Amino acid sequence: MEKLIEMLTELHPDVDFATAEDLIDDGVLDSLDIVSLVSQIDSEFGVTIPAEEIIPENFNSAEALFALITRLDEE
Amino acid sequence: MQKNILEYLEKTAERLPEKIAFSTGKESMSFSEVQGQARSVGTRLAASGLSGESVVIFMDKHPRTVTAFWGVIYAGCFYVCLDEKMPRARIDSILENLRPRAVIADKKNFATASSLGLEHTFLYDDICGTECDRAALADIRRRQCDTDPIYVVFTSGSTGVPKGVVACHRSVIDYTESLTQALGFDENTVFANQTPLYFDAPLKELMPTLKLGATTYFVPRMLFSFPVRLVEYLDTYKINTVCWVVSALVQISSLGALEAHTPKYLTKVAFGSEVFPRKQYDLWRAALPNAEFYNLYGPTEATGMSCYWKADRELSEDEPIPVGTPFDNTDIILLDSDNKRAELGAEGEICIRGTCVTMGYYNNPERTDEAFVQNPLVSAYRELIYRTGDIGRYNAHGELVFVCSKDNQIKHMGHRIELGEIESAAERGEGVGRAVCVYNADSKEIVLFYVGETEDKQLLGALTCALPRYMLPARLVKMTALPLTDNGKINRTYLKSLAANEN
Repeated sequence: MEKLIEMLTELHPDVDFATAEDLIDDGVLDSLDIVSLVSQIDSEFGVTIPAEEIIPENFNSAEALFALITRLDEE
Repeated sequence: MQKNILEYLEKTAERLPEKIAFSTGKESMSFSEVQGQARSVGTRLAASGLSGESVVIFMDKHPRTVTAFWGVIYAGCFYVCLDEKMPRARIDSILENLRPRAVIADKKNFATASSLGLEHTFLYDDICGTECDRAALADIRRRQCDTDPIYVVFTSGSTGVPKGVVACHRSVIDYTESLTQALGFDENTVFANQTPLYFDAPLKELMPTLKLGATTYFVPRMLFSFPVRLVEYLDTYKINTVCWVVSALVQISSLGALEAHTPKYLTKVAFGSEVFPRKQYDLWRAALPNAEFYNLYGPTEATGMSCYWKADRELSEDEPIPVGTPFDNTDIILLDSDNKRAELGAEGEICIRGTCVTMGYYNNPERTDEAFVQNPLVSAYRELIYRTGDIGRYNAHGELVFVCSKDNQIKHMGHRIELGEIESAAERGEGVGRAVCVYNADSKEIVLFYVGETEDKQLLGALTCALPRYMLPARLVKMTALPLTDNGKINRTYLKSLAANEN
């Protein structure tokens, strides 16, 4: 989780990702961020996020994103 | 003879009053609603003494926003669209150039719009119900010519000061007619708009919608981050036509969404403003074998798009996608460095002539005179052409091919190099998504930015096989994503600054 927060903070240093929710609905993360995250998660966690999982619900908070990574990693 | 773009709206509102003209999916406006509210807005603006001047629109993308555009035109004024996402410095610089007296805002942007300190700040909801003064609007129309401006669109100037391109009714009518004919739009066309309303790009959807009684959906910006949801949106509203920047299409194909989620109703895909990476283009062609694909090319200064190529033949592996032939009533001249017509097959600067050539840059005669010039092939009478600053040539099929913008053509170690050639060589490499090359003139270095699964070493190996030594980049920079401009195109200026700073 720490690694993920770090990754997100690098994109937007002004956001507290430990508590922030609605990252998508509030327009914090844009499409460039999403592409960047998908690629970094692939290289840092060794987890490939399939297109079906690239949906707002999975990117709205660091917690949701971490849950996705954990789930995909176990599968 | 049609002389005003509003005649499109008026004819269609009479023929198809209840049909949906513009929609976000959640909220829609019919042609009669658009016409009614546009007339109300026009009445109110004219009653406030506004005439033949700019009116700023500060509203989010919504059917109301384009209705406000037409309202401004009903008042005999021209619109300039601003957006909350624009940096304040850019807004200030635009306002300084424009010196407008009035702004129309929606609820969300009203506070910001008020802070601009203009003479009139209108809330759209307050003025869209104004009782229409038909006599006043008819009087305005009678005094108008088709050479009156409709809008000013601000492009980014290379000096950092935005340049406002002024276009008139005549040019936009010309563009609407020729675009509709070339791409075969009709009443059943359902567009999904991607590009921001403050550019000329959305004219491709807005104008044919008014002319034909088609429908345009404004896709929520957020969906462009989520390819599968985006495809679902296209299916929900039975979208059959998209005219998007290449990056938006690549977003879907590169995240692997196309195979499992092919848009069901899409039959026309027009793309432009950038070179389509061949691998991604091939993915789209394979996913939609029955759809028509069009490559569009053209500058804002010539009212949007000027040339089109219909993908009706297979391209060889290293062949660039042509930009094809000019639209009807538009002519392309390729000029060599002596201002003579370039020889057949030779490269030259792409220059455009015809009714599509706009009226120049707002309040900026110097820049206007640099780019809008007397046709050097004509000396006996006055004819202005627009010099695009892009280099092109004709291929063996007689189709125009975009080679590079003059800025992307460099002199390096005594060789003339087109950075685009290095980019397409890199993109042909295994595991390379997209590649962008910039030249750092200070350090005399070619820097290649790329995204993909490959590593520097493999990519350099592939480039060494494909390119002469003097074309090899001095540095490769792997990125997780390439930066985009507001319009969704690759932000080359930013990459250039990265290349300069990393030294």
